[in-house]
Amino acid sequence: MRPEPNPAERPDEGTGKRLWDSVDPGNGRIKLERRPKAATLLETLIERAIQTTGISAVALVVLIFGFLIREGVPAFAEVPLGNLLSARWYPIEDYYGLLPLIAGSLIITVGAAIIALPLGVATAIFIAEIVPDWVREILKPLVEVLAGIPSVVIGFMGMLVITPFVRVALDIPTGLTAFTGMVLLAWMALPTVVSVVEDVLDTVPSSYRDAGLALGMTRWQTIARIVIPAGKSGILTALMLGVGRAIGETMTVMMVTGNAPRIPRHPFDIFQPARTMTATIAAEMGEVAQGSTHYHVLFAVGLTLFVITFVVNLAAASVVFRGTKRAERMLS
Amino acid sequence: MVLLGGAGCRRTSGPGSPAGGATTLENKGSDTIVNLALAWAERYQELHPEVRIAVTGGGSGTGIAALMNGTVDIANASRAIKEEELATARANGIEPHEFTIARDAIAVIVHPSNPVDTLTLQQISDIYSGKIDNWRDVGGEDRPIVRLSRETNSGTHVYFLEAVIRLGDADDDTLFSADTLLMPSSEGIGVEVRQNPNAIGYDGLGYVTEDMKTLAIGLSPDGPFWEPSVETVNAGQYPVARDLYMYTAGAPTDLIETYLAWIMSAEAQKIVLDLGFVPVEGTSDAP
Repeated sequence: MRPEPNPAERPDEGTGKRLWDSVDPGNGRIKLERRPKAATLLETLIERAIQTTGISAVALVVLIFGFLIREGVPAFAEVPLGNLLSARWYPIEDYYGLLPLIAGSLIITVGAAIIALPLGVATAIFIAEIVPDWVREILKPLVEVLAGIPSVVIGFMGMLVITPFVRVALDIPTGLTAFTGMVLLAWMALPTVVSVVEDVLDTVPSSYRDAGLALGMTRWQTIARIVIPAGKSGILTALMLGVGRAIGETMTVMMVTGNAPRIPRHPFDIFQPARTMTATIAAEMGEVAQGSTHYHVLFAVGLTLFVITFVVNLAAASVVFRGTKRAERMLS
Repeated sequence: MVLLGGAGCRRTSGPGSPAGGATTLENKGSDTIVNLALAWAERYQELHPEVRIAVTGGGSGTGIAALMNGTVDIANASRAIKEEELATARANGIEPHEFTIARDAIAVIVHPSNPVDTLTLQQISDIYSGKIDNWRDVGGEDRPIVRLSRETNSGTHVYFLEAVIRLGDADDDTLFSADTLLMPSSEGIGVEVRQNPNAIGYDGLGYVTEDMKTLAIGLSPDGPFWEPSVETVNAGQYPVARDLYMYTAGAPTDLIETYLAWIMSAEAQKIVLDLGFVPVEGTSDAP
């Protein structure tokens, strides 16, 4: 890492006073000097504004969670647990089995992650480590443009192009399958994975690479044995963020996965239709009578989704946290 | 006339009362009918600028519930009113009157290359409930059958379940096979049927285009089989056709009566045909 100039040694502009001089020798804290009144007022206002936005962001999440609980929890009282855990989802005849929906969301998300991770990491390594700078300046924005394509456009392309292709290429009854959903979701998660991994590889000190090359390792050995292990935690974060993006995706999966609520019993069932939690909420919420059992169950589905996303994000955050600590240890 | 109409409306409906000199009719219900109801309302308002007709969708059940609560003047429904709904309405002191305003044929559609031309209702029921899994079993090629349906919130889905899969038997509790693909839109069904030779789907006759094949449907394996069309529906031959209804609270009066009478006119029924529905013959379908 480039050595940052120590801020404490920088002379305070104008007065020539050093920051050292304001440190209280008693407790080591910086003594605050009185500022002009107008400036204090302005600063207080700005501080308050920032505080409000910060708190409202957290409050919003809490409110959403509270709302989901209020509307979703009654479902567990209205529908017997045996029904909720059954394998049949057909709400207009009071079959509320959540398992096919949870299974659908999970296999599509995991599948998308399995496809997106190697592709994303390889692309990131290519951009960060291999190509010359000018190619990198072109490739990086291009990958980011991919993130900006609306999901409905990807879904429509999937329906018209990928679906028939998958059906013919794999010789399966229909192309509207969980697998098609995985491919499209992987494609959508790719920009996230590439950007995050690329940024992480960027922070791996170049002295590591130099050391590897100086020891006589090839470029590939340096990348595979030094750079990637050094950026491991970042790659995990990228995976989590990609998964978070994939599990919440609605429009694309609704258009290409066929939405048949069936539980996969066999690995080859990824070539069968599946129905995700998000698609179920999107398709059914519009027509459901407010306050009905079906309405509460849909909120329970939303609650489940919220909890899963929350856990994934929490896991991602803890990985990042652990990563920083290790980096600090290495540098000290 | 207009004043009387306004008074009539105020009696039956709270929010549907006169506004700004014009009289407003509240018309709500089935999403199948909503485009038709809108087209009628637009044309009628051109002919009668003093009347405003507010059309909203929401589903047949929503419309009938609103009629029972006295918040609409006319409820649209793609199914007949249920016994329980009738009982609730009577308990609220409202006697719903039924008008058949159009007919809708549900076409069963397949890929143009599919050699199957005819199916019996029983065969369609067996296909959708999962008893028949291969086109070979209904006289086609050795191909797996991919079943396509609308989502469960669609009135067409419910009609198809009751009239075709359960063959109209109210005690039957057969369901769609869990493998049935539930498409969020008519367009979704159309795209898949056009490109997949394994697929079978169903949709309103108005949504069928040239590049898909409609099957002729019969009641017995020996025939006869009927293609869905205006003629076979009106002759009562095509078996998968339903009536579309409008309901009023009590016998219609004044403005509502005039509007419903206009809906039965040749001009209004021409709009029915333009939108892909089947016009009702004659004007005396009211019970």
